[in-house]
Amino acid sequence: MDRRVVITGMGIYSCIGTSLEEVKQSLYEGKSGIVYDEERKEFGFQSAISGMVPKPDLKNLLSRRQRISVGEETEYAYMATIEALKNAKIEDSYFDENEVGILYGNDSVSKAIIEATDIIREKKDTALIGSGAIFKSMNSTVTMNLSTIFRLRGVNMTISAACASGSHSIGLGFLLIKQGMQDMIICGGAQEINKYAMASFDGLGVFSPNEQEPAKASRPFDAGRDGLVPSGGGATLIIESYESAVKRGAPIIAEIIGYGFSSNGGHISTPNVEGPATAMRRALEQAGVHPSEVGYINAHATSTPLGDANEAKAIHEVFGESNPHVSSTKSMTGHECWMAGASEVIYSTIMMQNDFIAPNINFENPDEDSQKLNIATETVNKKFDIYLSNSFGFGGTNSAVVVKKFKE
Amino acid sequence: MNTEEILEKINEILVDEFEVDAEVISPESNLKDTLGLDSLDYVDLVVTIEANFGVKLGEADFVGIATFQDFYNLIETKIQNKN
Repeated sequence: MDRRVVITGMGIYSCIGTSLEEVKQSLYEGKSGIVYDEERKEFGFQSAISGMVPKPDLKNLLSRRQRISVGEETEYAYMATIEALKNAKIEDSYFDENEVGILYGNDSVSKAIIEATDIIREKKDTALIGSGAIFKSMNSTVTMNLSTIFRLRGVNMTISAACASGSHSIGLGFLLIKQGMQDMIICGGAQEINKYAMASFDGLGVFSPNEQEPAKASRPFDAGRDGLVPSGGGATLIIESYESAVKRGAPIIAEIIGYGFSSNGGHISTPNVEGPATAMRRALEQAGVHPSEVGYINAHATSTPLGDANEAKAIHEVFGESNPHVSSTKSMTGHECWMAGASEVIYSTIMMQNDFIAPNINFENPDEDSQKLNIATETVNKKFDIYLSNSFGFGGTNSAVVVKKFKE
Repeated sequence: MNTEEILEKINEILVDEFEVDAEVISPESNLKDTLGLDSLDYVDLVVTIEANFGVKLGEADFVGIATFQDFYNLIETKIQNKN
């Protein structure tokens, strides 16, 4: 069996907007969501800038029992998911009559673990942690909670693949549906935003030190880039078989046509060129698409010196003279880590739906590698039919997803 | 804290923790059914009682506890023993 896989719903809770409409506006305007966080500075961060999202108020949306098990990352994922389901025109009762799965990217639950441990240290009694702690303290917390809240009965697991988690969740969901094993899967990525989650990352000294101008700190591909800016939130996509979408009269937003993955087989944190290039080539090959047909590349580029340089080399190697427009939306959002692969497919799809390419803000001076790319320094009003979205992570995990404008 | 104050405090924290209307609580009504407690909720009941009264409840303490009055008596006894 080889079925077409379409996106029928999207929902986003990010630092550049907490709805698709808000995010569309921010992307078009090149608006940064990065701010200075005094609490991090006091905690001992070298760089206290971050993307920030408002705390969702779930009191009227979930029962006490449901809320007690939900940690920060799941709060964001839930908000994104209810928007995605609404846009996909899926009512709550749909889950009682149909088998729906969930594959969601998440790779940390730092706050929940630290808060529970603090209680044990103080009270010296695990009986006083509370019943929700265990369900908040496992990496699979997002899928564990959302599958319970929505009463899902299909595939149910969390994808932990560092900063490529969200992208792999879409890729794996795509494969399961394509092969006829599932009709519909809730895919996405979530990322907690708190001082505990990012402290050890900050400890590596890889965050941009530009605390004076937070909106200018994330500058992927720019010669003056000096590190990434952490961020987070939640991003959900409803993906399903074309047959399933037609059967229920769903609005089809776009079609997923390729997924490529690879592992660098090298250093734990230093990326290379070959691994990302392999993932991109595989995605294009599966999609049956020539590089010249790709109108836009949403780069992984996080604003680190070596990572961006190697991705630029890999893109140039794979796309060569066809040289499609490239931008890294992380220039506005910061690095949404476990969520990024999913949110960036949403950002790119919004662009494709609305005929524009969001700018790679803060790109002022190219370096030796980025000068070979066609980087969108300002918003480009342009129609395009196919894009590729890159996501790479620690351990050398790479993912590339190819998405096409839907045509019957 | 006298008996009346303990009772009022218990009702207040149960309403807050388990999100029930204060009117549903009466000394004769059944604690588990009225609050809709499942096995996980008892864990949270232990936490909130400890946080508010400084006394720890164990599984054995709940044997024979059916009504709110039984529960009030249990907490009052625990507080007296602590002092």
